[in-house]
Amino acid sequence: MSEAAIDTSGMKVTDEVVIEIQHMHKWYGEFHVLKNVNLTVNRGERIVICGPSGSGKSTMIRCINRLEEHQQGHILVDGIELTNDLKNIDAIRREVGMVFQHFNLFPHLTVLENCTLAPIWVRQTPKKDAEEQAMHFLSKVKIPDQAHKYPGQLSGGQQQRVAIARSLCMNPRIMLFDEPTSALDPEMISEVLDTMIELAQEGMTMLCVTHEMGFARKVANRVIFMDGGEIIEQNEPEEFFTNPQSERTKLFLSQILNH
Amino acid sequence: MASMEQTAPQMDLLRLWRDKNARAVIIQILTIAGLFFFTFWIVSNAVTNLETIGKGYSFDFLFEPAGYDINQYLIEYTNRSSHLTAAVVGLLNTLLVAVTGIILATVVGFILGVLRLSKNLLMGKIVYTYIEVVRNVPVLLWILLVHGMLISSLPSPKASVSDGWDFLGVSFLSNRGFYLPQPNPEPAFWATVIAFFLGIAGAVVFRRHARKVQDATGKILPVFWVSVAAILGLPILVFLVTGLPIVWSFPELKGFNFVGGFAIKPEFMALTLALSLYTSSFIAENVRGGILAVSHGQTEAAHALGISNSRTLQLVVIPQALRVIIPPLTSQYLNLTKNSSLAIAVGYMDIVATIGGISLNQTGREMECMTIVLLVYLCFSLLISAFMNWYNKRIKLIER
Repeated sequence: MSEAAIDTSGMKVTDEVVIEIQHMHKWYGEFHVLKNVNLTVNRGERIVICGPSGSGKSTMIRCINRLEEHQQGHILVDGIELTNDLKNIDAIRREVGMVFQHFNLFPHLTVLENCTLAPIWVRQTPKKDAEEQAMHFLSKVKIPDQAHKYPGQLSGGQQQRVAIARSLCMNPRIMLFDEPTSALDPEMISEVLDTMIELAQEGMTMLCVTHEMGFARKVANRVIFMDGGEIIEQNEPEEFFTNPQSERTKLFLSQILNH
Repeated sequence: MASMEQTAPQMDLLRLWRDKNARAVIIQILTIAGLFFFTFWIVSNAVTNLETIGKGYSFDFLFEPAGYDINQYLIEYTNRSSHLTAAVVGLLNTLLVAVTGIILATVVGFILGVLRLSKNLLMGKIVYTYIEVVRNVPVLLWILLVHGMLISSLPSPKASVSDGWDFLGVSFLSNRGFYLPQPNPEPAFWATVIAFFLGIAGAVVFRRHARKVQDATGKILPVFWVSVAAILGLPILVFLVTGLPIVWSFPELKGFNFVGGFAIKPEFMALTLALSLYTSSFIAENVRGGILAVSHGQTEAAHALGISNSRTLQLVVIPQALRVIIPPLTSQYLNLTKNSSLAIAVGYMDIVATIGGISLNQTGREMECMTIVLLVYLCFSLLISAFMNWYNKRIKLIER
């Protein structure tokens, strides 16, 4: 990732609310993982969520596409409330893309098949169109020449870019990133971050759990700090890093910035 | 200088032995020579010893009359048939148990394996207990137990009729076997058989067509239901239209046993049930292991893309689980086939009981009989292995 400032003309936050989380609580058995989480996300926002491990940040974004169930409160995505209604869940999952820490590509399918699987079986796209679209997104993440290889033949950075392309093939309106660079070798982090920056420049709504503070400064319009299952503090990146309000945020920032 | 010339050939040999490729060739030549010598020694030993006690090595006895009865035969057999016929009857009986057992064990095993993973706590525990009890008791005990239960707890044919051990009045469960109506097809029944095969062909064609339609337009056709309709529905329809061309012969009580109908003998039932239940508990564990081996991340990734639960199973989990399940499944199939030789415990006439048992005792041709039995099991096992390896190769995961 170059240190030069990036073109931010495409990043526009609108008034339209796409995600609304109200008084959400979640427990794992006795353990209270998420405590009264409230969050409103507008279209076009790029939100970076950080916090110590075990603070509930991954769990929170996994609640947004129902990979985790919440037990109290409400989550509305694109105006649809997440309940046990399977139809609603599938509808929301089609609109929300997700990128995982460990890529989770399907090892028995080629890169191209990974990208066309969901469009073909969920959106019922004709194979040729799905493949064209997949090639378009694979070109965008700069690996069209790997289309016919299997995930096991690619490097970590390449795999993560395939995972991003795979999500984009469903034309999601929101993208969730769950520590997308944590499992990568240092030299591969930038290629993934560059891809994510490009996405942001095109106006994608993004929620990203990451410790890449450089990325947060450049791209995010809001940084959220979580600890102990609560949102402790949220602010614009510049303000967040230079003038943190709570003690816990200060401690966290000093730990990750001075290592 | 003279001494140098003398040691040169020795040096060459030493160098040859140190060379990696040359050494490999030398070791192989020595091994083959050793193996050849060992085989020659064993065979000549056997021939000499057999000659000393006045026995040759000949398969002529196979064409002499066997002189004993077999209680279950799939081809024509009387006690005047030859030992060869007896051997074929035994072979077919082994094959029948192996094939029925493998099919049953696979179906039950897959169901149990999936239920074992059920989120329903009670279901999971029940299946867990069942599997642990079944697979931790020797299979011979299960065979004897099931046989004993069938023989002593089921009623005699007479009591079966009077005490109501019947299904709809046409099938009877008794200690002489499970008697079912036997279908005797009339000539017009051929139409139904043809319809059945047409149905299979139709299903295959439709599957291809559905693929093409999906590739071209994206529309997903209901392949499963159309296949069911073609394979089952069409023959049933033809069967009805041609006027039910089957005459049933019903089992009827005459004297002490049933006459007519078609009987599944208790020996066969005991052996097949015990073998398949025993093996199914192992297969269940393989299936469970295979499904668990597919990381949860795979399911999550599919769900996150909006792929439904059943499609996730079909497209993501099962293809990956199969590659873990198939290799151990092969050895379970081999085990079941070889365990079927325990048939002798309940008097089921398989290959071991016929040619390897009574024929051997009557003719004294132990070398020949054992060679035949050995070759039969070897062929079965190799065939199963070859098929499963072919299947495994087809679904193998490509990496790097």
